[in-house]
Amino acid sequence: MKLELRGITKRFGSLVANDHISITVEPGEVHCLLGENGAGKSTLMNVLYGMYQADEGEILLDDVVQAFDGPGDAMRSGIGMVHQHFMLVPVFTVAENVMLGQEETAFGGRLDLAGARKRVREISERFGFDVDPDARVEDLPVGVQQRVEIIKALSRDASVLVFDEPTAVLTPQETDELMGIMRQLREAGTAIVFITHKLREVREVADRITVIRLGKVVGEASPTASNSELAALMVGRSVELVVDKAPATPGDAALVVEGLTVTDPTGLVLVDDVSFTVRRGEVLAIAGVQGNGQTELTEAIMGLEPVRSGRITLDGREVTGRSVKQILDAGVGFVPEDRKEDGLVGEFTIAENLMLDRADSADFVRAGTIRAAERDAFADEKIAEFDIRTPGRTTAAGRLSGGNQQKIVLARELSRPLRLFVAAQPTRGIDVGSIEFVHKRIVETRDSGVPVIVVSTELDEVVALADRIAVMYRGAIVGIVPASTPRDVLGLMMAGELPAGTELAA
Amino acid sequence: MSDPTPQHDGTTPSDRTAPTDATTGLPADPTRDDATSADATTADATHDAATPVVDDRLQEVTGAPHLMTDSATDSERREGRWSDALRSIVNGSVLTTVLAVVLALIASGVLIALTDKDVQAAAGYFFARPLDTLRAVGTAVGGSYSSLFQGSVVNFGAPSFATAIAPITRSVDYAVPLIAAGLGVAVAFRTGLFNIGGQGQVLMAAAAAGWVGFSFDLPAIVHIPLTILAGIVGGAVWAGIVGLLKARTGANEVVLTIMLNYVALYLVSFMLRTPGLLQAGGSPNPISPATRDSAVLPSLFGSRFGIDVGFLVALVAVVVVWWLMNKSSLGFRFRTVGENPRAARVAGMSVPALTVWVMVISGALIGIAGAYQVEGAVTTGFTSGIDAGIGFDAITVALLGRSRPWGVFGAGVLFGALKAGGYSMQAANGVPIDIVLVVQSLIVLFVAAPPLVRSIFRLPAPGARKAPRASKKEAVVTK
Repeated sequence: MKLELRGITKRFGSLVANDHISITVEPGEVHCLLGENGAGKSTLMNVLYGMYQADEGEILLDDVVQAFDGPGDAMRSGIGMVHQHFMLVPVFTVAENVMLGQEETAFGGRLDLAGARKRVREISERFGFDVDPDARVEDLPVGVQQRVEIIKALSRDASVLVFDEPTAVLTPQETDELMGIMRQLREAGTAIVFITHKLREVREVADRITVIRLGKVVGEASPTASNSELAALMVGRSVELVVDKAPATPGDAALVVEGLTVTDPTGLVLVDDVSFTVRRGEVLAIAGVQGNGQTELTEAIMGLEPVRSGRITLDGREVTGRSVKQILDAGVGFVPEDRKEDGLVGEFTIAENLMLDRADSADFVRAGTIRAAERDAFADEKIAEFDIRTPGRTTAAGRLSGGNQQKIVLARELSRPLRLFVAAQPTRGIDVGSIEFVHKRIVETRDSGVPVIVVSTELDEVVALADRIAVMYRGAIVGIVPASTPRDVLGLMMAGELPAGTELAA
Repeated sequence: MSDPTPQHDGTTPSDRTAPTDATTGLPADPTRDDATSADATTADATHDAATPVVDDRLQEVTGAPHLMTDSATDSERREGRWSDALRSIVNGSVLTTVLAVVLALIASGVLIALTDKDVQAAAGYFFARPLDTLRAVGTAVGGSYSSLFQGSVVNFGAPSFATAIAPITRSVDYAVPLIAAGLGVAVAFRTGLFNIGGQGQVLMAAAAAGWVGFSFDLPAIVHIPLTILAGIVGGAVWAGIVGLLKARTGANEVVLTIMLNYVALYLVSFMLRTPGLLQAGGSPNPISPATRDSAVLPSLFGSRFGIDVGFLVALVAVVVVWWLMNKSSLGFRFRTVGENPRAARVAGMSVPALTVWVMVISGALIGIAGAYQVEGAVTTGFTSGIDAGIGFDAITVALLGRSRPWGVFGAGVLFGALKAGGYSMQAANGVPIDIVLVVQSLIVLFVAAPPLVRSIFRLPAPGARKAPRASKKEAVVTK
């Protein structure tokens, strides 16, 4: 089925989220929508999926104008969506999830589970998925859960499939498999809309690329365009994709982690006997697919997660089992991976957020009262220094874009004398411009002689920032390798394999 | 990793009800005494797709001022619905609060009209003489509200100025314990805790203050503060137990406070029945001895007016709470825990310790109400009904005042006025005092349901991300 969006305009108050966007997706074609976070891609897809009503413009399927009142209408017309956050019920089986929303019943109102199972098997076979219809969704790996989403869409005879940032949660290998699936679907005549901001993936599968910036189509590109051409289109100017940094001049060992083990309350091992050393003036990147113990490792270092066994020392002093407060006071700066949940208070002003972890320090408090003048002066200074784009220090942090929010967290953490800097997913979900800025500050911190740990699931970021790379898989470190290690080796390590002959760096 | 909740837009209720009405052009919120955030609320509407997101590097390139956040990447708050609901009420706009009061009065007017004998009689021949019915409705509703007003604010028919303004002083008198206890509940609210144990805390405070009030013979200058202090300690200890249990074991404070209400009620009843504890000698009744005169709060302007020293104590409490929540380091940490406990923890704050402290402070403030009950309201000996429902009214006062100190003050005075006016309405118009309860309940109902109020008055929703359709219907669909 051919999908056409004609002059779609969607306004929210004075904000024009989509400004006369027109795109056409032919059957058997992968059409990439490329754009930064906040460019309006998701709004456009929500319009297509019937969640928003366009203020102007129309949606055509096979040249027939459609009017969608909700996702139900869109689904019935043959549009399927694979969401970034899966819309699955974790405790249901695959078959139950697939039938959810279009339950068929047998005599007496019984659910026709057998029919659903059969459907799952049929689709799985057609595309070579290995999905057991009776498996519970929560027991499945993320990549497989995503396939369940795809099966769900296909079981409703979707002939237009929308993938909304589908690779955010996948390993490189799983991403490659997804690309294979998309090609297969394309062969079968499905029209595919692929939303992403990752340039490599775009060039791999796209037949056509439409770049969206600030709600407008700013250009079309062919899949043969270079990364920097695409990035320039996305951002509206040329972007450095490599981090400009001098070779590290590592000093003494600063942070020493020995045999660190973290378990959850049920005894499940989350961090498994991890040992590593970070020296002054170097960046140790911790790579790995999301959920392989990196979060718990950083939380254990920060005192947020109890340590089951092992030792952590910083500059020779034991910090194992200390409180978060004591660890912060020992000079550890921390950028949490979920900045909205852990790093900021959205309702608080920028100034208040900038003093969040010094709420009882003499810098900002005298006689139990917050020194408003000092707080505000500090905020103004940091807003200028970190280029935080805001109308003023009294703007609520939650109203800023992701990049500016991250700059607040960075500004706060880098404004104390540091002995260790831990940045978890420092550039997740922020715009290219801010990414550059964050990377620059991390390298500056390293160059000032502070040991730095960067946890990232983005291989590009790991390779760009690291002096050494530790790859985690299922809670353990597979190996610590030099930054020059080839990507395919890193990819294998992220899947738990250490190829023979890999040069180690620890 | 995969988040199964269908929260693809990442909107939280608090986002949607964030303060302000950029469209209506009304001041965001005059009573929002939070100096630092006041500008922010007026400056931009809400944090939502509908809102211009302040950014960005890209601005300089294109000149276009605004970007959208990609909704799917927004955070999803995972805390309970309670705290979300709390946050949305606390962050509600002052306009919705005022409109809620108006709506409640209108709805109650309908009730008054429907239950009025004359209206019912006139309605019998409505189609013959419809004006009669309307006139009867006018008399019933107008008369009732007029006596409500005259009984609570100014009595126009009074012979002298002094008697004319007596009603407002009575209202203030009723308001004192409501303000104090409302502040206690509000402080807990803003730290994300639901203290519904006001009843128990008032009872324990009254018992402690009452005992000090009737047992010792001291000069008033010592006795009065000591009695108030006893009430503060009583309430603080009783609420502190809850804080400790929650901090230590993670037990739910709602369940704990409700259960401790019962414990307090029966404990005080037991003490009132036991000679040597609280029972007045020579009487089989479960009632305490009268408070000694040296512990009774003196009137400020003579006995004709209701206002006594308790009002000053309430004012001081309002100022102290204002300083605590808006200016102090401790209050900053309380608010951090209330808005985002995870961020508080990551920032090195001890959430358990703050939980204990906020409950102690909450109980202390509620304790003032308990002390007032035995020193100002009922000085002739108290029973186990001494709490007079203040513990629960305090919750509504805190909600209506949106947990801001001066908001609580205003709400407390309003509820005090309703109480004072209710009696004269009952006397003059035969309208049962229960209608006042209905008004109070309706106010809270409307305050808690801002989308309802907005849709009735056709106000724009503060956030429209979740609304699939444009303008008018937004308010309804956002919930």
